[in-house]
Amino acid sequence: MLANTQGIEDAHPQSAKGSKPALSLTGISKSFPGVKALSEVALELYPGEVTALVGENGAGKSTIVKILTGIYQPDEGEIVIDENRVTFPTAQDAGKAGVTAIHQETVLFDDLSVAENIFIGHAPKTRLGLINRGEMLNQAQNLLNRIGASIDPHVTLRELGIANKHLVAIARALSIDASIVIMDEPTASLSHKEIEETYELVERLKAEGKAILFISHKFDEIFRIADRYTVFRDGQMVGAGRIKDVSERELVKLMVGRSVDQVFPKRAPELGKEVLKVVGYSHPTEFEDIGFTLRSGEILGFYGLVGAGRSEFMQALFGVTRPSKGAIRIDDQVAVIRDPNEAIGHGIVYVPEDRGKQGAVKGLPIFQNISLPSLKETSRNGFLRLVEEFRLARDYTKRLDLRAAALDQDIGELSGGNQQKVVIAKWLATKPRVIILDEPTKGIDIGSKAAVHEFMAELAAEGLAVIMVSSEIPEILGMSDRVIVMREGRIAAEFEGPDLTPEHLVRAAAGIVEARP
Amino acid sequence: MSLATHQASTGRQIPDRLKTPLRRFLASWELLLLCVAVAVFILNSFASPYFLDPWNLSDATYNFTEKAMIAFAMALLIISGEIDLSVASIIALASTAMGFALQLGAETPLLILTGLGVGLLCGAFNGFLVTGLGLPSIVVTIGTMSLFRGISYIVLGDKAYTGYPSEFGFFGQGYVWWVITFELVLFAVTAVIFAILLHRTNFGRAVFAIGNNPVGALFSGIRVTRVKFALFLLTGLMSGVAAICLTSRLGATRPSIAFGWELEVVTMVVLGGVSILGGSGSIPGVAIAAFVMGMVTFGFGLLNVPGIVMSIFIGLLLIAVIALPRIVRQILARRKA
Amino acid sequence: MIHSLIKSRETVLAMAILVLVGAIASRFPAFVAPANLVNVFNDTAPLIILALGQMVVILTRCIDLSVAANLALTGMVVAMLNTLLPDLPVPLIMVIAIGLGSVMGLFNGLLVWKLDIPPIVVTLGTMTIYRGIIFVISGGEWINAHEMSDAFKAFPRDVVFGLPVLSWIAILVLIGFIVLIGRTALGRAFFAVGGNPHAAVYTGINVGLTQCAAYIISGALAGLTGYLWVARYAVAYVDIAGGFELEVVAACVIGGISIAGGIGSVGGALLGALFLGIVKNALPVVNISPFWQLAISGSAIIIAVAFNATSNRTKGRVILKKAEHAT
Repeated sequence: MLANTQGIEDAHPQSAKGSKPALSLTGISKSFPGVKALSEVALELYPGEVTALVGENGAGKSTIVKILTGIYQPDEGEIVIDENRVTFPTAQDAGKAGVTAIHQETVLFDDLSVAENIFIGHAPKTRLGLINRGEMLNQAQNLLNRIGASIDPHVTLRELGIANKHLVAIARALSIDASIVIMDEPTASLSHKEIEETYELVERLKAEGKAILFISHKFDEIFRIADRYTVFRDGQMVGAGRIKDVSERELVKLMVGRSVDQVFPKRAPELGKEVLKVVGYSHPTEFEDIGFTLRSGEILGFYGLVGAGRSEFMQALFGVTRPSKGAIRIDDQVAVIRDPNEAIGHGIVYVPEDRGKQGAVKGLPIFQNISLPSLKETSRNGFLRLVEEFRLARDYTKRLDLRAAALDQDIGELSGGNQQKVVIAKWLATKPRVIILDEPTKGIDIGSKAAVHEFMAELAAEGLAVIMVSSEIPEILGMSDRVIVMREGRIAAEFEGPDLTPEHLVRAAAGIVEARP
Repeated sequence: MSLATHQASTGRQIPDRLKTPLRRFLASWELLLLCVAVAVFILNSFASPYFLDPWNLSDATYNFTEKAMIAFAMALLIISGEIDLSVASIIALASTAMGFALQLGAETPLLILTGLGVGLLCGAFNGFLVTGLGLPSIVVTIGTMSLFRGISYIVLGDKAYTGYPSEFGFFGQGYVWWVITFELVLFAVTAVIFAILLHRTNFGRAVFAIGNNPVGALFSGIRVTRVKFALFLLTGLMSGVAAICLTSRLGATRPSIAFGWELEVVTMVVLGGVSILGGSGSIPGVAIAAFVMGMVTFGFGLLNVPGIVMSIFIGLLLIAVIALPRIVRQILARRKA
Repeated sequence: MIHSLIKSRETVLAMAILVLVGAIASRFPAFVAPANLVNVFNDTAPLIILALGQMVVILTRCIDLSVAANLALTGMVVAMLNTLLPDLPVPLIMVIAIGLGSVMGLFNGLLVWKLDIPPIVVTLGTMTIYRGIIFVISGGEWINAHEMSDAFKAFPRDVVFGLPVLSWIAILVLIGFIVLIGRTALGRAFFAVGGNPHAAVYTGINVGLTQCAAYIISGALAGLTGYLWVARYAVAYVDIAGGFELEVVAACVIGGISIAGGIGSVGGALLGALFLGIVKNALPVVNISPFWQLAISGSAIIIAVAFNATSNRTKGRVILKKAEHAT
């Protein structure tokens, strides 16, 4: 799916003549304290067409979705639907105007029935104004049939898988007779087959004349199902047009504002002796029979689809959950890890994917975040020594080139990239042997990404053993000496040297088996 | 591995502190409370000529000393994101147990051990239910609040234990020097111990970390359940200490002893600047808040205002202390917009 | 799965109640005489009414500890009204009681909604405030039977079709709740707000407003019960129904209403209240001191919440294919 390079030079902000837009936004601005999230953006959606909204994290995509669904009110600008100017003071108003959204994590109600989920807020009523149960179930069944979903409207939502929950969300969209459907990364956590079904549904919605806003990070699907594109960058609309007039490369260029041939640091790995050996690690529901070895100075990549069990395994290795079977050897000594404290004691540290929840302790100042796992070293007999904590924080923040006003500033006030630096600093301060980085560059800007990659290479050069979990193929290929591919909780394959190709990784992750010598 | 010195020239130096400690103090809740305390003191001395009498003042300290001892432990618990509503019931059960031991012929040292032991046991029970079984502390301690006091009612019914030995009376009635009561000294000592524990030790840092982000704390190697269990133990223990002082002061145990104290203790903690949602607060703040509440109660007493009216004031105070900053914030936000 | 679990949970509770009643009946057959069962139900009626009100509050992830104080204050106000204006008709008194209760509920609701103060703090605070106000308006005096008008006292005790009016009111409230919970948008909104507040916003439900509505309902029912209570026992004083809020919460928790919000049923609340009511009425029959009551409700709360937690525990992600088939 490499770019077709026959694209044209300029983006096309003007829409094609012919059909009139079902919805158009002009001059929309929205500010939050200290941040301008959107500045005078424009967006047009056309009936029977899919418009892909692309942009990096923080470009303002979710803000525009919230404005379109009545969660946020724009500071300036206007929303026009079918040539009428509208405002959405509440989410209900957006629904009434025919706008509905299907979100990445399905935001529905696990403990209500499927029919109730479809009709919450606008259930059919009897003459007394009560909910007409029978009618509601009937209509729900009809809607589900219409989208080809075989779901019983009586069952509670909790019993359904993610893909079926999406279908319920779509049925809900149809039930309010929405003319404008926003799909916010609908395929992010679906399997291959479920993704295909989602595409079919999008086609069906198109055929019904819905105007669809499709938000996605996956370029292959954008080029497959979108008719138009709109690109946001740093809260501004930087390009729009027909998808057939643009190449992938141009789209990426618009997104990041510069050419993006990602450069990874050149490394000459000097592998030392074996530091970590994992044998037969298993968990009742999450992963099974994971085994590998890791040497100092090595960067070991873990690739796989979202939900392949990589983070779950790493958290077990770090002691957050306990394996049912398996053993670890560190420096050829058997090690037992029952909680993170013991993992840290053995020199294994973990930079989690969910930075806000698991990484940064927001509310504590930067220096206390850094000293948190090292308090044994900075304190004396259990009593804090702030001087030592500040010294530690100063050393490591300097090394990571942290940008902050002061070390006693709340970590929550920093940008995502800088929070990540503090989290990494906190772990380096424990002088680890093995550092596990789980999606270390997810959701941080391109500049910080390169810095994290540089830094990872440096750590390995200094003799640390690095495990990197990543779902980005360029990152995995650019950084790893060796890659383990996980699929459905098991190790599917291991590649190194010339075998380390995108095709191999993708095939192994997707479970496409072939005879290999 | 010279991680620290490596590359030091490229990074920029970030200053340690944005504000000096003095400037922090000047903008602190504690200073505001201190001003309130002074104001209440002055108002009281105008309101009644009897207020400034040292013996009266000494008596007035009983209004807050016992509750404050629990409040210090409760402050840690609330900062960690949990709560214990059973403290008053622990007092009832611990006091009942002491009375029961007294009937069996126990002397003062054994009475003390009984009080502390029952407090610890109750704390351990709460701690086990919350950290061992993973139950929400609000419901658990509403349950144990009924259970602990319920046991006292089963044991005592409408009777009372009396006849505590005279040397036992020292804990709630004795003076250490001139007008300085034993309880006041105990209050001061526990305040210092808890202040050091919360603000100067690794344990205290763990409490703050857990209160701000329990998952993040766990992922940083803090043994969250152990710390929380210890906090429930500590709260139980301090309730036991309060039970000894209160029983000694009253000289009798009834099952209704310390009824409704949980509310006053929580109010004291919140008034002291501890966030009810966890994550922030200070022991000096709680100590000053205890003093303020004690002086206000005493002032009302001097003006012959009945106790239950006092409780209206406490209820209003609890809500107002949390509501006012939020109202101010909302007004400020509106003005900005 | 959860749905059937709640269903089965209610059957478990219903079975437990039957076993309990059976065990008592085997030793003391008089306990299951129809007249006595009517008595037990009538005795439990206030608890049923309040538990239903508390249920909607808990469904929205809140808690209302002020119900008993609300009840006592409303009871005192209507009793004082009755002594001042003995001719005030009972329906009007009930309207006043419901209105006053609603206002107190509204006060709780506004603090939770507009100022975002944790519900436990709000209602702990208002609990003492409402109690304190009783003292202020009554001067700590009791209002006794002879000061109340006959019509005022008689209404809840009048027997219609074999049941006292108090019982009929509980039944009416129960029916009202079956309709409210199952057949109205507000009823479903309670579940939505508690189950997934974030999603509720996206479906156009105002979370704070819904919580406020729950408090108003709880307050209105507490007010109604305030009149019924004072009239039935023909006495009003500062401490009536002291600590009753704990029994109400206990009934809900025993009835399987999840304190984390979003899960519960009318049947559960009813059964939870009946369980406590039967225990309370059985104690004197089986010769156990009423002083056991408090400890029993405390234990029941703890056991029930532990039971809820273990049956609702969220499992981790199921990744392994064989594990998927196993569950």
